[in-house]
Parts: sequence; structure tokens; C-alpha cells
Amino acid sequence: MRIFDPHIHMSSRTTDDYQAMYDAGVRAVVEPAFWLGQPRSSVESFVDYFDSLVGFERFRASQFQIAHHCTIALNPKEANDPRCAPVLDLLPRYLAKDGVVAVGEVGFDSMTAEEEKAFARQLEMAVEFGLPALVHTPHRDKLAGTRRTLELVRAAGLPMAHALVDHLNEVTVDLVDDAGAWLGFSIYPDTKMDPDRMVAILQRRGLDRVLVNSAADWGRSDPLTTRRTGEAMLASGFSEDDVDRVLWRNPVEFFAQSGRLLLDVPDVDAGATFAGNSLLRGERA
Amino acid sequence: MRPTTLDPAAEQALAERCREVVADPARIRVRFPAAAREIARTPGTSPAPGGDRIEDRVRVRLLDALAQGLPDPDARAAEVRDLYRYGDADERRAVLLALPRLGLHGRVVDLLHDALRTNDPRLVAAALGPYAATYLDDEAWRQGVLKCLFVGVPLRLVDGVDQRADDELRRMVADYADERRAAGRPVPDDALPLLTSRET
Repeated sequence: MRIFDPHIHMSSRTTDDYQAMYDAGVRAVVEPAFWLGQPRSSVESFVDYFDSLVGFERFRASQFQIAHHCTIALNPKEANDPRCAPVLDLLPRYLAKDGVVAVGEVGFDSMTAEEEKAFARQLEMAVEFGLPALVHTPHRDKLAGTRRTLELVRAAGLPMAHALVDHLNEVTVDLVDDAGAWLGFSIYPDTKMDPDRMVAILQRRGLDRVLVNSAADWGRSDPLTTRRTGEAMLASGFSEDDVDRVLWRNPVEFFAQSGRLLLDVPDVDAGATFAGNSLLRGERA
Repeated sequence: MRPTTLDPAAEQALAERCREVVADPARIRVRFPAAAREIARTPGTSPAPGGDRIEDRVRVRLLDALAQGLPDPDARAAEVRDLYRYGDADERRAVLLALPRLGLHGRVVDLLHDALRTNDPRLVAAALGPYAATYLDDEAWRQGVLKCLFVGVPLRLVDGVDQRADDELRRMVADYADERRAAGRPVPDDALPLLTSRET
């Protein structure tokens, strides 16, 4: 089973996770820019985070033969903080970089005017840079937030085929499906979706435009729920090819629209360094 | 640096981007990071600190265009500093390689200090070129040379070693060699000329 996890916050995970992911079949990931659990208080904090997403984290993943990509954005939650919002002016510098495969996570958290302003502006940037957008849907007031999300995507002139609307569930899936956007599902140990509910949705509406992710981060989450979903699909009668389509070919097709996928990961050189930091904790012999 | 060897299509794309930057220097903020993808790159990745890569040359040419488009050296220094600040390791390396060509005098020595704080051999090597030979203070320059021995940057990539090496650097290298020997580790060949010249 080869797996492309299209949404996972690897900066929050350990090398043990990278190893377990590789052993489970994960060969590529996308790490969306989001908040850190602990709120940021300045633009500079974003800059260091973005640097890590295009630098050290890509290197760390490569040491486990996993291709790492990222998406760059001001996230909805911190769009509400006037100390953070000016990072919008810096985004073009990062959206121009290699390995940045979408604008994201954008979207709504509390559906404020500030969130909508940042969301709309970043959708325009996605159009300008020829990038897809990875859209987070809110935990609260999810259906209304999803509806407004689709209106903003249309207003920005972003093709629906370039929009991935994430964290969907049984209540929001049809709305996004009917709009023609890509459908993201986060499979969590306790909240959001679980593997069996995911399989039920796949049985009902098919495999087109569906992306399954672990959305694993610094909270209680599991980087192997993609694999668990593939196993649940097989157990319920889907074929190996069906699983490959959902867990590999669909995310490749979506993010390839950026023209910036980096799926060739060189063989691991255990002594390799990123900015002089190896993962070996050893001095040069 | 030798002229960029690009195929005609890439050369044309680069010339267009350079004209764009001369006319509107702020465009370098998105053209510079995208240069390898939009114009040309050497295939694959290489950690070799002295590697001659096409994307380095392309980015240096874009910086030449910036220098043309921003005649005021303070404005030019500010733009160059931002390209470094928001750049990834490849972009930072290209900024460092271009410094001697940009007419900035001592304005951006702080970028050398930043690069020398990293342990990235490609950045350390690029930082110790002719710009550092002219503008970097003695203390930082000696530490930079010693760092090269530590992280494996060949000293042939450091500009002006023969002219600038002084007794203090030779003492530092001798102490480093003593420490290596005490630990039963080899002394890098690159350190030997600096040791010999002290003893004579």
C-alpha cells in the first residue's frame, strides 16, 4: 500500500513517527501551514515557521525516504490577530518557492470579518500564483462555514478543481461534492472522521476527488489513520487499486496541478546534513 | 564567475526576467525564489560546498539586474537583505555569491555573520568569498576559517587565506589540531599548510 498523506503537520511529530509512517507505506506528505497550538504573537514567528517548512522539515522527511511538500498561508485562527495579519504581505515570497504546492490552510475558524478578508485575499493569491488552495472548514458552524467557503472560492475566480475543502463529514460532503471541489477527510482517533464512516461515504458516492488524511499534529492524533482507512476499505470489499487511487493517485492528481510536486526522493544518506544538522546527533568523525 | 551557460530558451527567459527586474525591482521578490523552476537548474541536489550550479548563476544574474534597477546603494542593500532573510538555503547561497558584484561596500556584512552562524557547508563556503575577504572583521573571519575545518569546507574555497592568515589564526588551527590528535582523530589535510607556516 503506497500512501500520500495530503495533510499532516510533521513539525509536531517525532522521528519515530516518520519511521512508522514509512513502514506503513507513506512515501509522500503535504504539510499545511497552520497555527502552533500556542498562538503566535508576531510576523517573525511565521517567517521562522515557513523557513522550517521549506527547509529542515523537508530534509527530515527525506531521511526517511518520504517526499515532503508544504502549503503556505495565514491560518484562519490567527487572521484575527492584528499582530499576525501583516504576514499576508510576505506570502508572495513563499508562494513563489519550489515544493510549495498550495495556498493553505485558509478558511474560517470563527467566521469573523477579519477571517473572511484574509481568506478572500489569499484565494486571489492562489489564482495569481497558479496554485490550488487547501481550505480548512470550521469545527463550529461547519455547514454555514462550508457554504460561505464555496461562495468565496467562486468569487475569487479560483477553479473548483483547484480547491480542496478539508475536514469534511457526512453533513458537509454533498455540498462540496456538488460544487465540484476536491473533498478532504481527516481521520482522527476520536473526533472528525473514523475509518468506517469514511468507507461508508466512499461506498455511497465513489472515489472521485476524495483525499484522505491523518491531519496529525501536536494534539491527540495518529499519523497512521490513512493506512487504517486503506485497510478498512479492503475489509469492506474495495480493491487494492481502489485503495491506491484514494491514498496515492488522487492526492498526486490534485497537487500536481501546482506543477511543483517533488516525488523523487534521493536514497538516504544517514550522514547527510541540513544546514549542518544531521539527525544522528554525532560530530563529524 | 563565468558566464551562465544556458540553453537559448532559458537564456531568453532569464533575459526577460532581468529586464522585468530592472524596470520594477520589487519583482525580484517573487522571481528570485522561483528562478530555478522558471528558468533553469542543475538536476538533482548536491551538498558539495563548492558545487557550480546553474540556479546559482541564474540567481546571481537576477541580482545583477537588481543592482541595475536600484542605483541607490541603501535601497539595494535593503532589498538584498530581505532576499536573504526570506530565502531558503539555495536563495541565501546565491545572495552570498553575488555580494562582491553588488557595490554594497560594508552595508551587508551582517549577512556574513548570519551565514557563518549556520553549520551549512554551502552557506559557510559562499560567505567566505571576496566580499568577506574585504569587509569581514579579523575575529569573525578567523572563526569562519576554523569553522571550515570543522564542517569540511575546503580552504581553497576561502578567498584570501594566504594574504589574511595571521599568527592568531595559526594558533587557533594549531590548538584545533592538538585537540584532534588528543582524541585520536585525524587532522584535516587543509589544516596542514597553516600549521607548517607557523612552524617555519
